[in-house]
Amino acid sequence: MLQQRMTGAEIVLKALVDQGVEVVFGYPGGAVLPLYDAIFKQNRIRHILTRHEQAAVHAAEGYARSTGKVGVVLVTSGPGATNAVTGLLDALLDSVPLVCLSGQVPTQLIGTDAFQEADTTGITRPCTKHNYLVKDVETLAGVMHEAFHVARTGRPGPVVVDLPKNVQVAEGTYIQAEQVRHKSYRPPVKGDATQIEKAVALMASAKRPVFYCGGGVVNSGPAACAALADLVHATGYPITLTLQGLGAFPASDSQFLGMLGMHGTYEANLAMHGCDVMVAIGARFDDRVTGKIDGFAPNAQIIHVDVDAASINKNVHSDIAIIGDAGSVIADMRVVWEAQGYRPDAEALTQWWRQIDTWRARKCLAFGASDTVIKPQLAIKRLHELSKHLDTYITTEVGQHQMWAAQHFPFDQPQHWMTSGGLGTMGYGFPSALGVQIAHPESLVVCIAGEASFMMNMQEIATAVQYQLPVKVFILNNCYMGMVRQWQELLHGSRYSESHTEALPDIVKLADAFGATGMVVSNPAELDATITRMIETPGPVLVDVRVDPFENCFPMIPSGATHDNMLLGELVGGRGPAVTEAGKGLV
Amino acid sequence: MRGTNVTQISELSESHTIAVLVDNEAGVLGRVIGLFSGRGYNIESLTVSEVDHRERLSRINIVTTGTPMVIEQIKAQLGRLVPIHRVRDLTSDGPSVQRELALVKVASTGERRVESLRIADIFRARVVDSTNESFVFEIVGKTGKLDAFIRLMEPLGLIDVSRTGVAAISRGMDSL
Repeated sequence: MLQQRMTGAEIVLKALVDQGVEVVFGYPGGAVLPLYDAIFKQNRIRHILTRHEQAAVHAAEGYARSTGKVGVVLVTSGPGATNAVTGLLDALLDSVPLVCLSGQVPTQLIGTDAFQEADTTGITRPCTKHNYLVKDVETLAGVMHEAFHVARTGRPGPVVVDLPKNVQVAEGTYIQAEQVRHKSYRPPVKGDATQIEKAVALMASAKRPVFYCGGGVVNSGPAACAALADLVHATGYPITLTLQGLGAFPASDSQFLGMLGMHGTYEANLAMHGCDVMVAIGARFDDRVTGKIDGFAPNAQIIHVDVDAASINKNVHSDIAIIGDAGSVIADMRVVWEAQGYRPDAEALTQWWRQIDTWRARKCLAFGASDTVIKPQLAIKRLHELSKHLDTYITTEVGQHQMWAAQHFPFDQPQHWMTSGGLGTMGYGFPSALGVQIAHPESLVVCIAGEASFMMNMQEIATAVQYQLPVKVFILNNCYMGMVRQWQELLHGSRYSESHTEALPDIVKLADAFGATGMVVSNPAELDATITRMIETPGPVLVDVRVDPFENCFPMIPSGATHDNMLLGELVGGRGPAVTEAGKGLV
Repeated sequence: MRGTNVTQISELSESHTIAVLVDNEAGVLGRVIGLFSGRGYNIESLTVSEVDHRERLSRINIVTTGTPMVIEQIKAQLGRLVPIHRVRDLTSDGPSVQRELALVKVASTGERRVESLRIADIFRARVVDSTNESFVFEIVGKTGKLDAFIRLMEPLGLIDVSRTGVAAISRGMDSL
């Protein structure tokens, strides 16, 4: 059979099709013109034009996280690539599978400071799971297939393929994905059977157990989440989830303690602090989760399941480590639990639950009522209440509103919650919502935002309008970078240095200027009607929800404190310890 | 119990020699070095060279220091770099041979010049270049031996040193 010759750009497009890609988020420029011409000449791949490369990456992240597929980005050389960097690092820290194709100056100009030249592989090396500079068109198809394989397997992450312009126009041979086998990359899947048996035996002997699960379970897929629920129900043990894990286990389930960590619930954090056996699955003991590390879960034996060996013993020493895919290990654990006829220690478990119920009775998420000003927590609760009959996806920006959303918007399914956790990227939520909406055109997609974060990528209103993406941006507007203001209040004597957001645009006029719909609400009595109108209005909608500007986000574990030293809201019985001098130096 | 685990984990820094087999592709050394600098690990010595020309595989030998937890983390972080085939801790995985080569230039005359030759003889260093006022010695051995030799050459007119860094290999039958 004659091997098919095609241009580099055609090879890229064919590889995308063969990898099951339906949509690419991007922005054209000089160094990717041959690729854009190839896109023009076909109709298998849809291109979504964002208004900034960072937004293209976040949109691809939203697409990827709400589908489990690889998100694809296409940017030009130089500034196109550097604008994408924040999104790439965001995807790396939150383990989002992406392939980012970047244009590059022709190979003969590399190193000459050519127009729009950047050392893209050099710049993105610490921001990606892996990256490639393709200098020879004959290697291009293989690299494309490898890039998708690396992005989606193991601990998922972003992969950059840098494509010099002359490689895009040169003729080469296409090879199929099945013909490519990576020389060294072999991500683990199955966990070690002996370790799993030891782990399950330890679980069965627990008096005060807790499951602590994270985004790794969500990344492993809906089947892994179902397997987790099955295991948790079989044991009867309590479970807490990380910010990225929300939805991996149904929030409405009585065994769910809520999110843990800096703004986690009282019951989740005290269960972590008091447990004797901790089962950590697909979670990485992030500093936002552990608080002060040497006071973390002082009496716990820790089982840690992770597909990334480097996450084990990184921050916290684990007693039993299992390297493997969450779904596979959970299923194996369930089999061992059954086969060994393990039963939980009923008496100890009853006592443990009784203890947990006393913590729950503190109702740590309670907030004050007001009929003059909208409480941000209330706005989120009402949004959930009025949208729960729909298939609702939530994205957030970063800050107080993000934590309130995590606390007050319950998720019963995975892949419905998209938030920037690791990098904490303001400007993530709105473009991410566009990507989610592309993947789920019939669903309700709401970006819960703060006014400051929204302004970081608000140019994307144009994208929403162009493609008539009915994304709803629910802006909890308190005229402050709220989390900055909260920390200034707690740590810096309420000196609100530069955290007031002056000169805000009129959101209604802003929406109008772009051809979207704008709404504003400040009266609590009109909140429900506004939310309903937002949901029912076709096309993109921006809602300016004027909320209490001085509301703070509690509970809170202050920097440098342990899980049993939480600050609670005033309504819940007051304040915990003040922040220590050492804590002030922490982020 | 974690209380005891915490005390088991020594806070003392140890020196480890780690051998890494990688694809000899563009940027691979940058990935390894970037990992060390980005995560704040030490590199005391680093050598790299292609060792399998047909398969285009390079071997990187890294001497690093850290607490046992940091050393474990370094190995795990190296292991997840995509073009890396194998990571081996030559310090903890049994005995190994470690060698380094140095070229040491000494400029002196008279008694000091004679003394440098005498010491070179004791250390089994070879003269690989000489002028009327200088020698270049080639010395092979463990890092400590090279350090000692160089220290002794200092008062004898030492003007330049070039060291390869440590090449290391496990003893016995097994291979990387």
